[in-house]
Amino acid sequence: MSSNGNGSNSARVMTGAQMVVQALKDNNVDVVFGYPGGAVLPIYDEIFQQNEIRHYLVRHEQGAVHAAEGYARSAGKPGVVLVTSGPGATNSVTGMTDALMDSVPIVVFSGQVPTFMIGNDAFQEADTVGITRPCTKHNWLVKDTNRLPHAIHQAFYVATNGRPGPVLVDIPKDVQFATGTYVPPEMADSTSYRPRRHGDPHAIAELAELIEQAERPIFYTGGGIINSGSTACQLLRRLVDGTGFPITSTLMGLGAYPASGKRWLGMLGMHGSYEANFAMYECDLMINVGARFDDRITGRVSDFSPGSHKVHIDIDRSSINKAIPTHLPIIGDAGSVLNDLLARWTERGGKTQKDKVGEWWNQINEWRRKDCFHYENSTKRIKPQHAIQRLEALTKHLDRYVTTDVGQHQMWAAQFMGMEEPFRWMTSGGLGTMGYGLPASIGVQVAHPDSVVINVAGDASWLMNMQEMGTAVQYRLPVKQFIVNNKRLGMVRQWQQILHGQRYSHSWSEALPDFELLAQSFGCHGIQVTHPDKLDDAIVEMIETDGPVIVDCVVERHENCFPMIPSGEPHNRMIFADDVEQESDDLIGDSGSVLV
Amino acid sequence: MNALQLDKGASHHSAYDLRVPSERSETHTITVLVDNEAGVLARVVGLFSGRGYNIESLTVAEVDHTGHRSLITIVTRGNPSVIEQIRAQLERIVPVHEVHDLTVDGDSVERELALLKVRGTGSQRVEALRLADIFRAKVVDSTLESFVFEITGTTEKIDKFAELMRPLELVEIARTGVVGISRGL
Repeated sequence: MSSNGNGSNSARVMTGAQMVVQALKDNNVDVVFGYPGGAVLPIYDEIFQQNEIRHYLVRHEQGAVHAAEGYARSAGKPGVVLVTSGPGATNSVTGMTDALMDSVPIVVFSGQVPTFMIGNDAFQEADTVGITRPCTKHNWLVKDTNRLPHAIHQAFYVATNGRPGPVLVDIPKDVQFATGTYVPPEMADSTSYRPRRHGDPHAIAELAELIEQAERPIFYTGGGIINSGSTACQLLRRLVDGTGFPITSTLMGLGAYPASGKRWLGMLGMHGSYEANFAMYECDLMINVGARFDDRITGRVSDFSPGSHKVHIDIDRSSINKAIPTHLPIIGDAGSVLNDLLARWTERGGKTQKDKVGEWWNQINEWRRKDCFHYENSTKRIKPQHAIQRLEALTKHLDRYVTTDVGQHQMWAAQFMGMEEPFRWMTSGGLGTMGYGLPASIGVQVAHPDSVVINVAGDASWLMNMQEMGTAVQYRLPVKQFIVNNKRLGMVRQWQQILHGQRYSHSWSEALPDFELLAQSFGCHGIQVTHPDKLDDAIVEMIETDGPVIVDCVVERHENCFPMIPSGEPHNRMIFADDVEQESDDLIGDSGSVLV
Repeated sequence: MNALQLDKGASHHSAYDLRVPSERSETHTITVLVDNEAGVLARVVGLFSGRGYNIESLTVAEVDHTGHRSLITIVTRGNPSVIEQIRAQLERIVPVHEVHDLTVDGDSVERELALLKVRGTGSQRVEALRLADIFRAKVVDSTLESFVFEITGTTEKIDKFAELMRPLELVEIARTGVVGISRGL
């Protein structure tokens, strides 16, 4: 157990509710997102009687978890959530599943009915540990107040060590009232969970040799490098710039290497860049750092990068060989492995096949000329890509954090917004949770009160957690909601157009709110923009307005997100905006349509 | 955006993966040493059901009372990459201490215990006892119309014994599932 506690070092007698607050302090927590209810009232009573931990009242427990995710991912420390039993706990399930998929350290405390009522179908009872077992890294039902501090300290340890993830501690109300002996983190029982941090030196030496021999290498990085921390990202930058190898990243890993960097190929995958996907297909050495060969990345597995030697650095052994067979697995923390690798490769002379890699770059630069994100702009209607390009241009110079919802706007944001630093891009990658962006932006703003926090949203996604605007207004969190409004479920509509014979089954919203009036009713500023000429003014107004703002950016409704690798196709078969009209019949075969 | 002229590509199916079940399926016996705490079995079993792995047999019991450790023995089937995943997934469950695949980690002994109730009168009774003797099954209960036999051995041996008892009016069978341990030190 890590001993970073700042509380007293000796055991003390206190109530369970007091233990929760003390344990939070001892684990360096200063922010909690939550929602009170009957089964957590003793803990809320303790929170009321202190000032060190700030509690943010959300409007729905799902919002609490997403806010904690935004906080955790932008602050580099665990996010903490407090919810009541029954519906409070079940409402947090989507957030925990999201955090599990995207490896975000979250500690959720849920109230539970008293121990003697468990199993009786009591009011607001749910089998919370049963329900959340598959959507947490680990969870605890604590039936004895004396065990509570151990469980909480273990929870923080498990959430933040190894591959990070959500954990839950379920605390029956009688356990909160009862007294017991509190112990600080350094005195708590340890768990048997001991993830491996350092990579096998032989494997690392082998990788150093592969780097020397590679003719068509590529770095393929993911969220793991960002989870590993800023040092890991610095090491990655040194390695990439030192070797001169090209680098691409998953949606989750954006910012680890700067988008303005010379070696950057853009995001890869289904809506990634042409050059990144072709380089992945044609490479002879693939160095995967903290990514997991997700199906949105690989396309057709049997044709994934057929000629390459694949190296996979991951802290989670179960990620190795799960989707794609790996030639050289290195299990360990990305930062530690990169550190050892860099040392080893430098010690061996820091050599690469410069000429061959130069030829490889010539090929890549040829692919780059494809200008794969090209779209037809319009002077009459705002094209969504244009809206995001302008947003990027007008906010890039700021101390800026970006969150997104899920759908077309998310992919456009990934394509057109360049992340220069890690921890500044918060999006729901693995689970694809619509409604993530607004609460996540709130969590980010709490962690970075003086920064500009922008949620790039879609109209449909934004509505899914729009109640959290109340949270933003109540706590004067000046989050900027940039809603790319096409009055459609854009990505669903796109798939229906291409895959389902243009039968647009339930993919439009007939009764959207007036977002400007909605903003006013929440007590914040609203802006609607419908014409390209007014777009820049609206974005500047959004940035310059003190306090939260909702921008309703009304865009072309039927724009599709390209390029795109049709499901079930390999990386070298991408389609572009120009292809669709002529080729749509044969874009996706029957087997591919199964993959969505 | 112009509407697409598309009717042929329209598809009636829409799900996810097209995993090609090309590799051969193997049976493996896996032992999992866990902390004996509430919900630990649910975690292990939930992993198998949640990720679509098979369980052919499952046994659980506490093996270290003072250390609160239980041993779970699972017989599972899957292709080699699935078996590798099962092991890796089991290892990352927090209360799991050790995972051994007895089928690949060197020689091992595997045993199962079964209780078989056989109705029998007259000559059938004698025949049942004779077969039980051949299989080294013990009589652990006897009435004038029935026996209960206890038999220990591999799954195949018990299958064979049960098969022979069936025509002699096998009424009921209870089996423990497989437990296993590696040979030597």
